Amino acid sequence: MATSHAHDSAHGAAPEHHDHKPYGLTRWLFTTNHKDIGTLYLTFACIMFFVGGAMALAIRAELWKPGLQIFDPATFNALTTNHALVMIFGAVMPAWVGFANWMIPMQIGSPDMALPRMNNYSFWILPFAFVLLLSTWLVPGGAPAGGWTLYPPLSLQGGDGLPMTIFAIHLMGASSIMGAINVIVTIMNMRAPGITLLKMPLFVWTWLITAYLLIAVMPVLAGAVTMLLTDHFFGTSFFSAAGGGDPVMFQHIFWFFGHPEVYILILPAFGIISEIIPTFSRKPLFGYESMVYATASIAFLSFIVWAHHMFTVGMPLAGQLFFMLSTMLIAVPTGVKVFNWTTTMYKGSLSFETPMLFALAFLFLFTIGGFSGLMLAIVPADFQYQDTYFVVAHFHYVLVPGSIFAIMAGVYYWLPKWTGHMYNERLGKWHFWLSAIFVNVLFFPQHFLGLAGMPRRIPDYSTQFTDWNMVSSFGGFCFGFAQILFVIVIWQCVRGGQKAPARAWESAHGLEWELASPAPYHTWETAPDMSTIARGAQH
Amino acid sequence: MSNKRFLSRALFRRGAIAAAVLLGLTGPAFAGWDGLNMTRGVTELSAKIYDLHMLVLWVCVGIAVIVFGAMIFAMVRFRKSKGAVADTSFVHSTKFEIVWTLAPVVILIIMAVPATKTIIIIEDTRNSELTIKATAYQWKWQYDYIDSGVNFFSTLAESSNFARQKNSGIDPNTVENYLLEVDHHLVIPVDTKVRLLLTGNDVIHAWWVPAFGIKKDAIPGFVNEMWIKAKETGTFRGQCAELCGRDHGFMPIVVDVVSKDDFAHWVETHKPATEAAPDAPAAPAEAAPASATHS
Repeated sequence: MATSHAHDSAHGAAPEHHDHKPYGLTRWLFTTNHKDIGTLYLTFACIMFFVGGAMALAIRAELWKPGLQIFDPATFNALTTNHALVMIFGAVMPAWVGFANWMIPMQIGSPDMALPRMNNYSFWILPFAFVLLLSTWLVPGGAPAGGWTLYPPLSLQGGDGLPMTIFAIHLMGASSIMGAINVIVTIMNMRAPGITLLKMPLFVWTWLITAYLLIAVMPVLAGAVTMLLTDHFFGTSFFSAAGGGDPVMFQHIFWFFGHPEVYILILPAFGIISEIIPTFSRKPLFGYESMVYATASIAFLSFIVWAHHMFTVGMPLAGQLFFMLSTMLIAVPTGVKVFNWTTTMYKGSLSFETPMLFALAFLFLFTIGGFSGLMLAIVPADFQYQDTYFVVAHFHYVLVPGSIFAIMAGVYYWLPKWTGHMYNERLGKWHFWLSAIFVNVLFFPQHFLGLAGMPRRIPDYSTQFTDWNMVSSFGGFCFGFAQILFVIVIWQCVRGGQKAPARAWESAHGLEWELASPAPYHTWETAPDMSTIARGAQH
Repeated sequence: MSNKRFLSRALFRRGAIAAAVLLGLTGPAFAGWDGLNMTRGVTELSAKIYDLHMLVLWVCVGIAVIVFGAMIFAMVRFRKSKGAVADTSFVHSTKFEIVWTLAPVVILIIMAVPATKTIIIIEDTRNSELTIKATAYQWKWQYDYIDSGVNFFSTLAESSNFARQKNSGIDPNTVENYLLEVDHHLVIPVDTKVRLLLTGNDVIHAWWVPAFGIKKDAIPGFVNEMWIKAKETGTFRGQCAELCGRDHGFMPIVVDVVSKDDFAHWVETHKPATEAAPDAPAAPAEAAPASATHS
């Protein structure tokens, strides 16, 4: 565990806090400390990011040119399926819970999360869940290969990997629900006196709303996959027309989970961007309250748009219109957010350190993903876009330069607080520019491929798609290998470097910057006083 | 040997691609520019869909110019390194917020109106002149001309099937219509409203020919419908567009749109012979809808 060194030096740097913490393996196994658990989550997410990334590179290698060179089609399908499951449930979601653990208590003046033992449990479920999921590659019938959406009847054709995948999803869901309960209870009960709801930092707000989304939809996913399980093993016919069921019902249930899930992956990103842009604009966030209301509106709308993922299943006209219009409506609160971030920069005093660079790339590239999202909402056009690389380009734009760039921005932003050292700005900028350039080389051509008629989830393609696939694969490999820099920067920063001041960024606000860097093992054991809150709570 | 040749060509291509991407230039070898956008297609619906796509695309480009322009302006104008001093009082403006909430609503309505009209037309499958049932299997299509009894399977062409085997040694570039050719084409008449009924036999598939504009799922136990009215004759190619297992990428769709006369002739030659002979009274009735398409 890399960051243990950071805590060791934290111990040395802040002796007045009398940090009594266990050492060695048991510290990490039995920890109930929100910072340790945050580190565990982030480390786990980082490992899964590289596992999922390796699968993505395997996919891009097969798609380099037409013809099958590396994988047989079944293995290719297993790769796309597992890439998605690992990235969504293993990389992005745990990364957000890691941020929540580290930052929420420090930002609301609380000594720890409200339910520390459950916190430990919710993390330690995850390694088992993913060992179970990934070990499906070794069992008869192989890894799940019916797409991460697990549509029946196809997913039911899986072998021994099917029940293992379902049980792994149950475990991940249980972990997420526990994490979400912990966040809600912490935010509702453990805010320092004086921090009213509308004084909370935006990151806390977006996570609070995310936590409600998680609690609302993870059980829905659990229900859906349980029905798959009983259809497969216990003779039920929830999704089999032959037994009176309906395969499309699964899609409705799945996307009732799946669409809020999209916002679970992006709302905390909105929170982090709302912290970083003001800091490096040296100006408070523009329209704080409208940001909160926009987040809540997006969360509400996320529950009533699910069927836009499945316009081609054949829906009544009224259904198509409803889901098209409700989906288009999401552009309004999302637009409010983009406009607020842009206006925050107005009349500011901008500097461009690595966190700000990632935040700005987020602003541009997430917006591009928003545009393609709007296009996909238009039902007739969606009949052409659906299940093509246009969709692949769309959701990768909102997830990679969206969620993942926000995660990277957040890591660079708070690394000085976590480790007590400044990271290597030069390497950080290299990491940024390589990522920002090649993420576009990787994903932008996929818009063209989709519009030109290339379906998604195919291992081999007709020769007219060759050129853009080569561009995309080239970008993919450059983007993938550029991420090694990220690990190097973090590793160096954990090991040492220029000492970071308590307020690592000159215009950073928020209670976390009132604490020493690195943050002592136990923080806010006594609640911050009013003047500290007043200093920290200027959004 | 061919591997080596491919490698050198791949390297050359990669060089050309890198140049294209990094310098904005491209060599004549780069064929990708032909396939950047959605096809306008050959049906009334595909043209409407294309127009809608272009409308939304240009609206997005317009918004992008304004929003990205504002972002870039702020990033250039308010740099600390250029001596910009923050105005920390500029944190709220009700006027701005009303404008940037209402303006998108108006733009959305402008897009929603034509989209709604188009959906209504797409969903109107009445007055069709010919009905074909397509049944999806893992991994082929079966076409059933309800009116005339013509019935056949349509499977990936052998030339593609040989080439697509892992490490087949056959360069896909040497195979005509690689992965987009089948043994038996679906044949439909031009200028005729053809209703396509879709169902699946095992898992969910989707029927999609980009030139016709619409894709629709073929779901086991359910029947979906869509309609095609091609304005041009020709051969049009598409693929299954819903992950359906191992060979999802290898069950293409090829449609020949032919003149009404040619279609009537084609139906005559492909009608199951057994049905015409022993079941005499049924034959004229079966032929009637097909000949009706002459009008």
